[in-house]
Amino acid sequence: MTVESLAEEFGFKVLTMPSPEREICGAYIGDLLSWVMGKAESDNLWITIMSNLNIVAVATLADVSSVLLCEGVLLDDEVLALAESKGVNVLATDYSAYEVAKIISGAV
Amino acid sequence: MSDKLVFRFDVQGDDFTSAGQASVQVKKNLRQLGFDTEVIKRVSIAMYEGEINMVIHAGGGTAEVSVTEKYIEIILEDKGPGIEDIEKAMQAGYSTAPDSIRSLGFGAGMGLPNMKKNSDSMEIESKLGEGTRIVMKVNI
Ligand SMILES: Nc1ncnc2c1ncn2[C@@H]1O[C@H](COP(=O)(O)OP(=O)(O)OP(=O)(O)O)[C@@H](O)[C@H]1O
Ligand SMILES: [Mg+2]
Repeated sequence: MTVESLAEEFGFKVLTMPSPEREICGAYIGDLLSWVMGKAESDNLWITIMSNLNIVAVATLADVSSVLLCEGVLLDDEVLALAESKGVNVLATDYSAYEVAKIISGAV
Repeated sequence: MSDKLVFRFDVQGDDFTSAGQASVQVKKNLRQLGFDTEVIKRVSIAMYEGEINMVIHAGGGTAEVSVTEKYIEIILEDKGPGIEDIEKAMQAGYSTAPDSIRSLGFGAGMGLPNMKKNSDSMEIESKLGEGTRIVMKVNI
């Protein structure tokens, strides 16, 4: 499933979506950056509550297809602009990581 | 060795606004050179963790990435405080990162283990009060 269709199907907010056609394959949930770097697989959806600037480099280098901020977390304008310029997709939702995992399971 | 390709970077200390920039640039360069995604990912992880460690723990440093026929070599050098007990630092979960840095998502004590896991060889030289030099190789 593409990032664009995921956002649409589950009603996730699109904070920035420079690469809508990227395919999502599996997901990883985590907030500690070194765990994400070590464990997230390429093309995963990265579900997190971390929203500082460093998530952009981590998303790029871990090669995830999109970040999904849960629990109603949003991004600063500065982080948003950086994500956009680096081609990093960022979605958001009020659901918890557990609820997200439940609803998207089977779809990605 | 004469025709190897080398990229060099200065890494600023305590600057989280651009932390990881050198690694992102290296990823871009390796992509343009047509490397396999798995190789790129291993280099990205190994270099990012080393780069961030220089930012957080050593007040910055330099990174040099060389592309040879058989492997990609990453050399990270800093003039920071050095690592007192390398064996301990290599243990998963060991971290001296302060709370202010943990709140940014760092400090899980997984950086050095990630570097070890994603490289085919890794050597650490460190002297207290003088600095740290890490050489990693990722086979192509
Ligand atoms: N370049 C360095 N100079 C001085 N000390 C270092 C350096 N790199 C690592 N260390 C020491 O080794 C410890 C472990 O490093 P490691 O990267 O595994 O974890 P961390 O940086 O604390 O947390 P994480 O990488 O998971 O965000 C650090 O907390 C620090 O004490
Ligand atoms: Mg580290």
